[in-house]
Amino acid sequence: MKKYLALILLLLPFLWGCPDTVSHSRGVYMLLDTSGTYKKELKRAEAIINYLLGTLQPGDSMAVARIDSGSFSEKDIVAKMTFDKRPSVANQQKRLFKQKIDDFVKTAKGSAYTDITGGVLQSVEFLNEAGAGQKYILIFSDLKEELVKGQIRNFPIQVDGCNVVALNVTKLRSDNVDPREYYKRVEDWRARVEAGGGNWRIVNDLERLENIFEG
Amino acid sequence: MSLTKLLLIWPGSPVLSMLIWIVVMVVLLYLARTPAHKAIHSLARVIHNGFRLMSRSVMLAEQKLAQRNKEVLLSAGIESVERLIEREFHRVDAVVKRDLSGYPTLHRALSDQTTKIDEDYRESSETPPPPPSWVGAVEAVANLPSQGDGTVANILNEIHKTAVSQYKTSLDEHRKAVAERHNLLKKMMPYWRRMAQTLEQVGKTITGLHERARVIDNRMTEYEEIREETNKAARMLTASSLTQFFISGFVLLIAIGGAVINFNLIALPMSEMVGGGSYIGGFKTANVAALVIILVEVAMGLYLMESLRVTRLFPIIGQMDDKMRIRMIWITFSILFVLASVEAALAFMRDQIAADMQALRQSLSAVEATGVAVNSWIPTVGQMVMGFVLPFALTFVAIPLESFVQSSRTVLGVTAAAVLRWLSFFLRLLGNVSRYCGELLVNIYDLFIFPPLWVENLIRDKKHPTEIIVEEEVS
Repeated sequence: MKKYLALILLLLPFLWGCPDTVSHSRGVYMLLDTSGTYKKELKRAEAIINYLLGTLQPGDSMAVARIDSGSFSEKDIVAKMTFDKRPSVANQQKRLFKQKIDDFVKTAKGSAYTDITGGVLQSVEFLNEAGAGQKYILIFSDLKEELVKGQIRNFPIQVDGCNVVALNVTKLRSDNVDPREYYKRVEDWRARVEAGGGNWRIVNDLERLENIFEG
Repeated sequence: MSLTKLLLIWPGSPVLSMLIWIVVMVVLLYLARTPAHKAIHSLARVIHNGFRLMSRSVMLAEQKLAQRNKEVLLSAGIESVERLIEREFHRVDAVVKRDLSGYPTLHRALSDQTTKIDEDYRESSETPPPPPSWVGAVEAVANLPSQGDGTVANILNEIHKTAVSQYKTSLDEHRKAVAERHNLLKKMMPYWRRMAQTLEQVGKTITGLHERARVIDNRMTEYEEIREETNKAARMLTASSLTQFFISGFVLLIAIGGAVINFNLIALPMSEMVGGGSYIGGFKTANVAALVIILVEVAMGLYLMESLRVTRLFPIIGQMDDKMRIRMIWITFSILFVLASVEAALAFMRDQIAADMQALRQSLSAVEATGVAVNSWIPTVGQMVMGFVLPFALTFVAIPLESFVQSSRTVLGVTAAAVLRWLSFFLRLLGNVSRYCGELLVNIYDLFIFPPLWVENLIRDKKHPTEIIVEEEVS
């Protein structure tokens, strides 16, 4: 009995000391709608990004990209960063990130089209490459997709293990005429995300941003 | 054919069929009464005996455990009293070495003082004045008849003058001698005082030794009681163990609180050293590293206390020779000192990181720092001091830990014995309940077949009426 106990005690440090292969880091990819009137909402988006920068931990990844006519492209990424594991370096990186976002908000131009699907596909690629344990795709948009003629986006998207959170989904003028349009738009996106293996959530109350990482 | 149809003996009349079945059942049960009673009784007896056997086994286990508890308790008590007696002897040894080692010197000093006092006393003794030789001459002259002779009167006057002058001279000399003696006696005063002080000191030492001897006597009485394994000694030791258990448990809780504070002080800066995003078995590496540092500090504290012979958790350390033990003291103290310094540095780093994070949060929330800032060096220094002091404070965990470990053996033993006692009682109760359940089942069985039993009794009464009357009279 004592032998077995000694063996277990000897093996325990090795078992315990094995590095954890499960990734505990978070990856956040935020898509910013810059089309038409939504450009005016960018100040709000900036506040959300600041909240995220304050919340994310060393080792987490974050990227911010704009949604324009063709969002399935690295060119649309405004800023992306995997924060260093040392808190002091991570803080410096966050300052740099914030600077980039500030510059973007000042110089952002409106886009004629809104390719949300392309942006989502790009975000999945980024999050998979970053190797994040918890993946979050934040869509700051009214969810109304307007594509350039000839673009093909009506196919199922794969968002396995991703939490897709729609932020500040504003009601359009046409939604006011017929609210069913708004509900249909949201429902379509929910169905599309859940069919792709992701979790869908809407956070419209920007005073409760902690809901982004819940659930 | 369904079961219902099978049971329906009288087609179209279920009530009648049921009555027939009841009659059949009652008759069958009556016929099987004796073997059924035996079966019920034997089943109840089997269960009853099984539970009794189990209860007996549990009770035996409880007795063995109680015996073992007593042995453990008495052996711990013997060890404790031995330690106390050993300590008292060390104290006596220290008193003897400190105070009575100078006894020869003290004795010489006392002897010198006595000699000096004796000499002074002799010198101060009053020498009787020489008998006045001229007193006889004066008396002879005084007896001379004067007869109005002026010459004799003159002579007598002269003699008177001479006597007065002689008296004055003698008195002066006597006074002078007395004054000298007084001076000598005055000089003796400090010697007397010194001697009194010396004797007082000796008296105190002797009193201290006497008190120690009384304490040792008491301890020895206690020791003898424990050696004789009296119940009184066992009860006293149990009560003492329970008190120790709760007190040491309380102090350990306080120590755990200190360790948690310590952990929070160093966990954040540890992430700067080992990275904030890596994990070991679901826990942050930084947290694990901080915990390991604290545990190493506690371990070093245990070794230090053990080397200082304050605790006796590791006999191998206590048995080391003094040279090795002192080396161990220095090594453990050095490691503790280094760890305390590291903690102080980490606490400083924590303050820096916290300030940086605060600045970042302010810049992110676009809030300008307002108001008068608190003196920033106060929390920094406070954290550093805490980081340095807490490892040393945790060292003293060894003392309550030892008490807790030792007393928990007794407490666990007493608790286990109580549980076994209750279990034994419960099993015995179940056994008795099963026996009476058997009786109850027999009675219920008889209740179902009461018509044939009634008939049987009637027939028996008719056959043997006298027997019943006799039985009634006897009862």
